[in-house]
Amino acid sequence: MLGGVAVVASLMVIGQRNPIHSVLLLIASFGGLSGLYILLDAPFVAVIQIIIYAGAIMVLFLFVVMLLNVAREDTEQDERVHVQVHRGSMRLGAVLAGLLVVELVWALASAGTLGGTFGPMAGLPAPVTSVHVIGQVLFTRYAFPFEVTSILILVAMVGAVVLARRETPRPAAGADAAGGSEERPAF
Amino acid sequence: MVTLNQYLLLSAVLFAIGALGVFVRRNLITILLSIEIMLNAVNLTFVAAGRAFGTADGQIIVFFVMTVAAAEAAVGLAIIIALFRHRESLDPDAFTSLKW
Repeated sequence: MLGGVAVVASLMVIGQRNPIHSVLLLIASFGGLSGLYILLDAPFVAVIQIIIYAGAIMVLFLFVVMLLNVAREDTEQDERVHVQVHRGSMRLGAVLAGLLVVELVWALASAGTLGGTFGPMAGLPAPVTSVHVIGQVLFTRYAFPFEVTSILILVAMVGAVVLARRETPRPAAGADAAGGSEERPAF
Repeated sequence: MVTLNQYLLLSAVLFAIGALGVFVRRNLITILLSIEIMLNAVNLTFVAAGRAFGTADGQIIVFFVMTVAAAEAAVGLAIIIALFRHRESLDPDAFTSLKW
């Protein structure tokens, strides 16, 4: 059920013309995925999915969409033809994606049942899914990737600021302002 | 009742939907959104596999994947803003100066 929500929302994301609709539908898809994570005994991942993905990344997308005032993806050609089937390259892309689905499904089917069914909650070592255990493993075994990730975020932040910076206009008419103030009577 | 294979199948379908979006759409922002869909599909695979094998490693890898996805989304959007200032267009076909 939740998986169906995620799939339907994702299908609508790529099918919408207005990018704001796409972003909001992707937030719905993330909500569905977050529910799936809760079903998979991963409450930490479910909550940070909502906080980081739906709360920060999608809000950033919305900011950029509204900043650029993105119009609907429409040309005169689109008015006549349905949005998904007009160009040869798009048909090839759709065929390739269909081949990808077929190949992945075939690979999953031929691999048999991996790992069997999920064990009941009692079969799982009890503290595996708590934040405490995640913190323990994260800061001992994965401490180095954790620190490298912080450097990555710093680099990304600096890069984003530099890339999106507008060129500052040169200060013009500086001499005129100085001349004008000299001619004013000094009260 | 619910097997690991079903979660992997759902993840594969989501990944293919994201790939379809990257191939088909002609709006740069929607292409970035489709990349996020693919990253989410991979997250689902990791969490499901981690649960099936009884470790917490799946969730930790998801933590890192989400961080990298956030950084990549920020930089990608900055690039889109810079590109938009040059051409006033978000159609990937408008940026063809490197084409031979």
